[in-house]
Amino acid sequence: MTKELTCICCPMGCPLKAEVDEKGNVLSVTGNTCIRGENYAKTELVAPVRIVTTTAKTKSGKPVPVKTKEAVPKSKIFDVVKEIKETSVDLPVKMGDVIVRNTADTGVDVVATRSAE
Amino acid sequence: MYDVLIIGAGVVGCAAAMELSKYKLSVCVVEKESDVCEGTSKANSAIVHAGFDAKPGTLKAKLNVQGSKMMPIFAKKLDFAYKQNGAMVLCFDKADLPKLDELKQRADLNGVDGVSVITGDEARKLEPSLTDEVCGALLAETSAIVCPFEMTLAFAESALQNGAEFKLSTKVESIEKNDNGFSVSTTNGILDAKIIINAAGVYADKIHSLVSSKPMRITPRRGEYLLMDKAAGGVVSHTVFQLPTKMGKGILVTPTVHGNLLAGPTAENIDDKEDLATTKGGLDEVKAKGALSVKNIPFGKVITSFSGLRAVGDTGDFIIRESDVKGFIDAAAIESPGLSSAPAIAEYLCGIVAKLMPLEKKENYIDTRKGVTHFNSLSENEQNELIKKDPSYGKIVCRCETITEGEILDAINRPLGATTLDGVKRRTRAGMGRCQAGFCSPTTMALIAEKLGIKIEDVRKNGVYAERRQDHE
Amino acid sequence: MNEFDLIIIGGGPAGMAAAVSAKKAGIDDLLILERDSVLGGILNQCIHNGFGLHTFKEELTGPEYAEKYADMVREQQIPFELETMVLAVEKLAGSNKKAVTVISSMRGVQTLYAKAVILAMGCRERPRGALNIPGSRPQGVYTAGTAQKLVNIEGAKLGREVVILGSGDIGLIMARRMTLEGAHVAAVAELMPYSSGLKRNIVQCLDDYGIPLLLSHTVVDIKGKDKLEGVYIAKVDEKNQPIKGTEEYYPCDTLLLSCGLIPENELTVGAGVEIDPRTNGAIVNESLETNIEGVFSCGNVLHVHDLVDFVSEESARAGENAAKYILKGSDHSGKVLAVKAENGVRYTVPSKINTVNLSELNHIRFRVTGVYKNVSIVVRSGETELLRKRSQILVPSEMVDLILKKDKFDGLNDDISVFIEEVGQ
Repeated sequence: MTKELTCICCPMGCPLKAEVDEKGNVLSVTGNTCIRGENYAKTELVAPVRIVTTTAKTKSGKPVPVKTKEAVPKSKIFDVVKEIKETSVDLPVKMGDVIVRNTADTGVDVVATRSAE
Repeated sequence: MYDVLIIGAGVVGCAAAMELSKYKLSVCVVEKESDVCEGTSKANSAIVHAGFDAKPGTLKAKLNVQGSKMMPIFAKKLDFAYKQNGAMVLCFDKADLPKLDELKQRADLNGVDGVSVITGDEARKLEPSLTDEVCGALLAETSAIVCPFEMTLAFAESALQNGAEFKLSTKVESIEKNDNGFSVSTTNGILDAKIIINAAGVYADKIHSLVSSKPMRITPRRGEYLLMDKAAGGVVSHTVFQLPTKMGKGILVTPTVHGNLLAGPTAENIDDKEDLATTKGGLDEVKAKGALSVKNIPFGKVITSFSGLRAVGDTGDFIIRESDVKGFIDAAAIESPGLSSAPAIAEYLCGIVAKLMPLEKKENYIDTRKGVTHFNSLSENEQNELIKKDPSYGKIVCRCETITEGEILDAINRPLGATTLDGVKRRTRAGMGRCQAGFCSPTTMALIAEKLGIKIEDVRKNGVYAERRQDHE
Repeated sequence: MNEFDLIIIGGGPAGMAAAVSAKKAGIDDLLILERDSVLGGILNQCIHNGFGLHTFKEELTGPEYAEKYADMVREQQIPFELETMVLAVEKLAGSNKKAVTVISSMRGVQTLYAKAVILAMGCRERPRGALNIPGSRPQGVYTAGTAQKLVNIEGAKLGREVVILGSGDIGLIMARRMTLEGAHVAAVAELMPYSSGLKRNIVQCLDDYGIPLLLSHTVVDIKGKDKLEGVYIAKVDEKNQPIKGTEEYYPCDTLLLSCGLIPENELTVGAGVEIDPRTNGAIVNESLETNIEGVFSCGNVLHVHDLVDFVSEESARAGENAAKYILKGSDHSGKVLAVKAENGVRYTVPSKINTVNLSELNHIRFRVTGVYKNVSIVVRSGETELLRKRSQILVPSEMVDLILKKDKFDGLNDDISVFIEEVGQ
């Protein structure tokens, strides 16, 4: 079975075609420009993941932007956001500081993406 | 117990308050919206008509001509923008040329100076962008443009500094006539007054019917407009009207006092007194009719469209008189030329009040008022002096119109200060430029939120904040 | 005291990249003027990831990209002034000096002078008024970027039920952002038959959250007096005119507009720089120099980009060229060739090339006029073909960046055409 998808690894947005067997295993990928496209298709069709970006509140009233340091399972996005929303960040904070450890049991940390005082 | 309670803080209500505040009277203005100038007064052509249009002998004719003559004096004393740019009424059909002569005769009867009939070529010489179809025009030199917000605000602030009170976000719900005068129930409590002036714009009929059994009918007539970028402001220098054509009643094309170009209005009677929507048909009509007058109007430079409601009565004239109920004065059906007539209407109203109670002049009346400092209009030296005194004038918030934080803070903090984004916009022009507040609104919202002690998302564009009383004394 | 070699107007990604490269090229006497209270420009509110793959070889969020560049600016001790707005730029008569009038709390209103100026002011969003959407004007209608600033910088909670008009990238990004903030995004309506955003953003911002993208649809009416109550969305025909009878009502409290960006060139026009009506940006040559010698333009103020990495690259070239101009002056000895946008190409940057000033690698950037599948991009001068490149798909929303080596231009006499050719011709 052939599955079609658009690569989201970079702005090129390559149109990918993946051959998939009955069990859902990805046999081959075409249409990609680089290796990341192949890896993307393989993950996306089996267990899709995303980097999550949002903001966390601080005592200053203005939020600080954050992201998951690695991609997390797509199904966990809303759990991650909920956990971040429940967190209040102490100031000052530096870009890269960990805001939430092992968010939503994904094994991935949430870090600040801007320094703030 | 107030001597006079004015219902409605539009241009008529505010002008009346200013006029009455010259006397030893207690005056209060109630307004259902959170700011002055929220109804008919805010969305119109912003023209001070010369006075050739109204039928001789009517109140409209008399008060328009008087108002037009008073306006430049008020503009100077009360610090609002006014420019005598002259107007033309264009004729597109030779068969209609006699109508220009009729207008000229009206002008003479109404006592308007500086009016003449000119040829199409003479008109094009004065305004090179006029179309070749123009075959004659009436030229009225005393016609002018103003900023209606600034003007209404100026009247209101002048009244306030001379002792008049303002109760904003206060809606009149019922009025009871009693031996002493009136007892007025509002969303802000009961107010007693000896005399009431009904200046409620499109709602004047509703207010009238709270006390009078004699019918009055005010029909909202919607007019749609297109406002263009300042880059288009130089297309015409005069206000350009049209004689009615096969396409119906004409529209005008005019520079605004701030240098934009304005085209409109359409004229459509509607039922809903709040319906300020624009329509595709209406805006298309403005474009089509505008193109009759002026070549190549840059409609690609439209920065916003809006519509306003004119309060049209059924007598054809303003209705300004004590009603059948003693002490209840109507100032109703103030359609065009209402803005032009406002100061004269105020004097006229004062005359009616004078027949009901003795008026004695105050000794300490202040006849000048200083508006929000428009930083951009200052000289470089004055700008630097101001920044030295108050560094917030060195921070530009609205980049399109070069409006500083200092001006916005002034607009928020001054008496009768702005509590909404539109309120700040009308006082300072922040957000009035080509990006239409895209960049400055977050900053302006933050400044308002801080002043009012509310969350930024609760800052309103316009309208009334629940649970927020707005009394100004 | 108020004299500089180089003044850079704008401290966003374009201005910072230009400053860093000018400094590297030997200009120490320079100044960045930024109107906001921080460096980084619009990147600060673009908290999503997807930036930096070219520049930093890693995927960053907007604030990270901005902070990394701002760190470079600080490390290289490049002076910058914040909350400083430029009011006017003017070339002084009879001299090569440029006068830059600024305002800030610190300086007041002052005129600074520079040998060279780099314009890096960015762009603004097309507001509702310019779109001529009929209806009322209630609270709850925002341009997507303004909403992004309110949510991401100010921490405002905007709406619960959202409709987005326009599928520009900021609109797509805000569809996801509002969803993560707990709102329901009912639809993204796009007037054109194709999206004006990146394909990856359609996947990860709309498809991931089941948000429908309605192509060939537009908002035809806005309802609500004080507060937005809903919008009518209708299909449009091939002339982009709404089709009667297809209107559908979407109740909503928030309408976001993502209907195009306009380079912010009021200063540029005021300075007497010629503007290209196709880009609304300055007309520039191979050195990104405008018709005024020593005045350069780069980034979104020159032409709207989709990728900040391209902005940084372009602006670094502007910085280098400005340095060259300051240190060596202009060379007019070469041959000037026009670069013409022909079949399928909407515009090119640059639009002229002086062969004497070419670099080892030269960029021609452009956008196509519509969607093209399986075509060749051709660059030609008279009979000489400088470049022919096959492309599976070209869409107006994605800028094309061609790189040509200097020797390709050797001996050329004719103007250069850039066009799209059907394969097989």
